[in-house]
Amino acid sequence: MANVQNTTAGARAAKSGDAATGSMTIIAPLAGWLLPGLGHFIQRRWIRGLLLMLAVFIMFFAGLGMQGKVYGFNTGDLLDILGFVGDIGSGLLYFIARAMDWGAGNIQRAVADYGTKYIVVAGLLNIISAVDAYHIAIGKKQ
Amino acid sequence: MTFDLSHFTAAVVFAACASTVFGITQRNTTREMLRYGAYCFALFVGGVIVASWAMWLIKH
Repeated sequence: MANVQNTTAGARAAKSGDAATGSMTIIAPLAGWLLPGLGHFIQRRWIRGLLLMLAVFIMFFAGLGMQGKVYGFNTGDLLDILGFVGDIGSGLLYFIARAMDWGAGNIQRAVADYGTKYIVVAGLLNIISAVDAYHIAIGKKQ
Repeated sequence: MTFDLSHFTAAVVFAACASTVFGITQRNTTREMLRYGAYCFALFVGGVIVASWAMWLIKH
């Protein structure tokens, strides 16, 4: 009898664990996209999360500091559309930059073009980080 | 706040951030992450130096 109860309790625990893992597969990449590193933080990968957060933040804000351009939604030139896709990968950072009117760009400075690329790459790196958080959530990676 | 970076400094900052993310996301153990991150960083910076010398040679 006690054996049956233990088995039932074990099955219930496994089921709730599966449910937690299931929700984590959605929450972790979403959180990681919204705030760089958060997808790793909520899975207790503190150092990895911190390093990813630092890398994305440094690239994004260095790009803004170099007067890089933050692309808005557009249906114009293909490179502008791709720039928007890359930028939006930064999640909240992108929306804050747009709301604060940062990233107007400056065509008179050569270094501003580097800044634009920095901001796009920050978004792309953040997407890679979010995918990594997903891989941790599904158990593909430790 | 605005700041100017030289071409080389901009490339090194870029390499450091990109290789950090590549190292963490593309490998499984801490040791492998460090090795792969350093490898990517060396390739990024080495590529910049090789490309710079190639351009200098083309110009001269």
